[in-house]
Order: sequence, then structure tokens, then C-alpha cells
Amino acid sequence: MFPTPIEKTSRTWQLTYQALLPVALAIWLLPLIAVATFSIKPDADFTNGNYWGLPSSFEFFTNYGKVFFESDMPRYMLNSVLITVPTVIGAVALSCMTGFALGVYKFNGNLWIFFMFIAGNFVPFQILMVPVRDLSVDLGLYDTKLGLVLFHVAFQTGFCTLFMRNFIRALPYALIEAARVEGISEWRIFFFVVMPLMKPALAALAVLIFTFIWNDYFWAVVLTQGPDAQPVTAGITSFNSQYRAAYHLMSAGSIVAALPPVAMFFLMQKHFIAGLTLGAVK
Amino acid sequence: MTDMVSPPIPPQRSRGWYKRNEIAVTPWLFLLPGILFFAVYVIIPIFQSFWISFHEWDGLGEKVWVGTGNYERLLGGDRKFEVSFWNNIKWLFLYLLAIPAGLFIALLLNQTVRGIRLYKSMFFFPFVLSQVVVGLVFSWFYLPREGLLNAILGVVGAGPVNILGDPTLATYGIIAAGLWPQTAYCMILYLTGLNAVDPEQIEAARLDGAKGWKMLWYVVLPQLRPATFIAFVVTIIGALRSFDLISVMTNGGPFGSTRVLSFYMFEESLSEFGFRMGYGAAIAVVLFFIMLFFIAYFLYSMYRDEKGAR
Repeated sequence: MFPTPIEKTSRTWQLTYQALLPVALAIWLLPLIAVATFSIKPDADFTNGNYWGLPSSFEFFTNYGKVFFESDMPRYMLNSVLITVPTVIGAVALSCMTGFALGVYKFNGNLWIFFMFIAGNFVPFQILMVPVRDLSVDLGLYDTKLGLVLFHVAFQTGFCTLFMRNFIRALPYALIEAARVEGISEWRIFFFVVMPLMKPALAALAVLIFTFIWNDYFWAVVLTQGPDAQPVTAGITSFNSQYRAAYHLMSAGSIVAALPPVAMFFLMQKHFIAGLTLGAVK
Repeated sequence: MTDMVSPPIPPQRSRGWYKRNEIAVTPWLFLLPGILFFAVYVIIPIFQSFWISFHEWDGLGEKVWVGTGNYERLLGGDRKFEVSFWNNIKWLFLYLLAIPAGLFIALLLNQTVRGIRLYKSMFFFPFVLSQVVVGLVFSWFYLPREGLLNAILGVVGAGPVNILGDPTLATYGIIAAGLWPQTAYCMILYLTGLNAVDPEQIEAARLDGAKGWKMLWYVVLPQLRPATFIAFVVTIIGALRSFDLISVMTNGGPFGSTRVLSFYMFEESLSEFGFRMGYGAAIAVVLFFIMLFFIAYFLYSMYRDEKGAR
């Protein structure tokens, strides 16, 4: 193990290390801690210049109550859910199929199609912006949640295919061969042999895509406007212009907006990290 | 891995065309929806953007063919383009600091003390936040009068700085905000990589008297190559895609000093400054070619690995 395990070092160093950890963490998360404190402060603290001191009173319920009951935040949140969940399902479903095809079969152009998905996934968004926006307008999908979902599904399929194909590649191929010898049809092999083995990959992809899509801002701005279809990332910026100096409400709003992916991460940590680090460890 | 072609299945009576060609046809059936979606929303738009970049177009009316006119204007002394380009270069280089910073934190946390798992996830936390939230948080952090940064600087006696209001500092301020989640990401990659480092090699190197820097450089880092590669890929892509933070923190200002290509492109084609889709597309094409350089390199490395694996 590297660096030297802490148990093998001197007692002083062990204690220093354990004491320094929380300090380092506090510095690392300082901006976030500040925002969390902001969100429970009363408005008066900001007008009085008490930015960084302790809250003069505990206004958690007032501030968060305002965000939930007197602003457009709940609508934005609902939009985000209605955009994110179908996207996750769509992208994962499509990429299970493409990943299966590219991982299991040998045919001409296999690697090229695979590379097409990877290259497309790396492309700067901006090169797609004008045509995709145009297409959405033509199809009547501009400023709709469906328009965002369809685009996200398509774009995420690139990354998901990379992920799924590599995962399926690592499965024991003998299982598939054995199934074929038994005379099981190919689509049954997909459903009953491969899919059950893909559960961890499905979980990893689902949390990852959930976070990506929930946090997307660029496409939300390009393909939607207004609280009817905009997700929370875009909503929070209009919230920003509405409550410009109301830091307590803005912070509460930001924290609410950030909560779902954070909850997702803490609940599914193992899968999340497995997804992120795919390929980083051989 | 074994050969992908399955053994020939003995022909049976009265098998349909599909049954006979199952192995050849199935992959295409499985690929069809994915390829269709990807082509419509990703592949074809890339070529459409090339096409649009040769036109003058407001997004609604007729496209007017101007040939390379947009590119000539772009490369022939467009100040905004030059600023954006150099800012992209700054992003590209400074963003790479996330890799050593991530490695450093990973080494710091790669211990087994009580509660270390929680520490690791808390350090990873910034990555899970949306860039919009990170942008907001940091713009408050930088506020000239009320910001925490200036409160800290005040304690050590340094004068107040208005980072986001200063054209020479603003871009660096935004990059620093971007480094926060990116470092967290690289840290996770390295933490996972460190788990897979071969303990026997470490022990052997220890017996040979290697430790500290030498151990890191000659024994550990070579084993972390896959993690470094992925960190490099995601960091480069993140740097070139930077848009959210700029849009949230400065909206390109002050005096356009924080524009990058992706932001400038957006501004030209979809903002109050007008709907110059053709010109915007030309900027996007330039950005695309910068990215293509890296994409080609990534694909080449993957291709080599694929060949090596067989």
C-alpha cells in the first residue's frame, strides 16, 4: 500500500493526521459550508452585514418554506424529474442493445461503429447546437420536456454504449457460447443470459446519467425557455435574477436543486464510483 | 477472450431466413435504434454545422451562401475570437492542475483510519453538484465586499480584490471554481487506481530502499497509468466544454474578458447580440477541430489497446 499505512508510523504522526483530516475537509468544503449557513440566516443578517458570522436566528423553515411554497422552484424540480427519469431509462435501454451488439458479435465495422459512438460523445456540444435547436423547432419540440429528453437520450447513448460494451466484453463469453449450443435464440440470450449479469452496470449507469442530466445546463438553455419546460439548473438562474441580493433564498434554492443528485450519490455510492472509474483500473 | 464467431449450428428443417442468418442479422437489429437516434441528433448535426458555417443565417430566413467568409472574418482579426481562443488555451493548461491536485488528495486519503470512507465521499462531494450551483457558490465566495475570500484576505492583511470584476483575474477565478469539482473527480479516479496497486511490488521496492518521491515516481505512478489516462481525457474534455461556469459567474464579462469559444459561439448564435447562426457555426467548427485533435489521440490509444487485447 502506498503511502505508508498510517498504523506503521509514529504515534504523533497518527494523531496529527487524524486531527488534520477534519480541518482539510472543512477548508475543501468551505464555499459549501458558507452557502449552507446562508440558507438558514434571516434576511436581516445580510442587510446588517453579518455575512460570515453565525446566523442571528435560525430561519431554516422560513427560507426553505419560501422556496417551496412561494417560488417556481417546485415546478422546475418537477420538470427536472420529468426530464431526467425518462432520459435515464431511454439511454440505458438503447445502450444495453448497442452494447450487446458491439460486445458480443463480430462483424465488419464493429469497431468503427463503436468509435463513432465514442467520438460523438466527446464532441463539443456547440457543434450540435444550431442544427439540434433547428430540428427541435421544426418538430415542434422546442421548449418541451420531450425535446430535451429525446436529445439527451441520443447524446448519452454515446457514453452509455462505451460503458456497456466494455462491461459486456468482460463477461465470460463461454456462457453465451453455451447458450447458443443449446439452441437458444439470440434475443433470448440477450434477455436471459446477458441482462441478468448486467445489473451492476445498469445501476452504475443509471446513477451516473441521472447526475449528468440533472446537472445539465447548456441544453436546458438552448432547447427550453420559461418555467413550463425548464429544468432546475436553468430555473435557478432565473431565480437568481428574481431574488438577486436575497442570498438566503438563493442559497436555499441552490441546495434544494442540488439535493437529488447528492442523495443519489450517497445512496448508490458504490455503483456511482464504479461507473466513473470504469476503465481506470484494469 | 475466445473467438467471437460461434460454431456453425447444424441446419434444421424448414428454417426461415431469419433463423438461418440470425447471427449476422441480430447485431444490426440491436444497433438500429441506437444508431438511428445517434445519427439524427449527433452525427448528422455535425455535418449540418459545417454546412451552416458557410452561410450567413439568422436562423429563420433564407441561408445566404458566403463561402469561407465567416472563417475569414473569424481568423482575420476578430478580437473576441482571439480572446476566446487564448482563454480556451488557459483553461486547457490550468485545468490539468486537477490531475496532480487529485492525486495529492488521493494519496492523503489513501489510509485506513476510522471514518475514512465518509471523508472520501465528502471530498468527492463538489463533483456531484451542478456547475450552475458551483458557479453561484463561487461568485458569492468572490464577492468584493461581502465575499468570504476577501474576509480571509482581510485577516491576513491583504487588500480586497474584485476577482470577477477584474478583466485580468476573472478567467483565473472561474478556472479555480472549475478546478474544485474536477479535482474531486481526479481524486476518485486515483483512489480507485491506488486500490489496485500491487502491494508486492511496493514491498519489494521498499526492501530496495525506495520511498517517498522515488517510490511514487518509479513504482506507483506507472501502475496508475490507466487512471491518469482517464483523468487526462475527462479533464481535457471538461476544459474545452467549459460553458456553464462562465455563463453563471460572469456571462462573458467584464468587457468580454472571460469568453471562451463555446461561450462566444453561444453568444453569436443565440443571445441578445443577434442570431448569427452561420458565424456561430464557424466558431463551433473551430472548437470541433481543436477537440478532434484530442479525440483522435484518445481513439488511437483505445485502438491500440483493443489490438493488444486480442
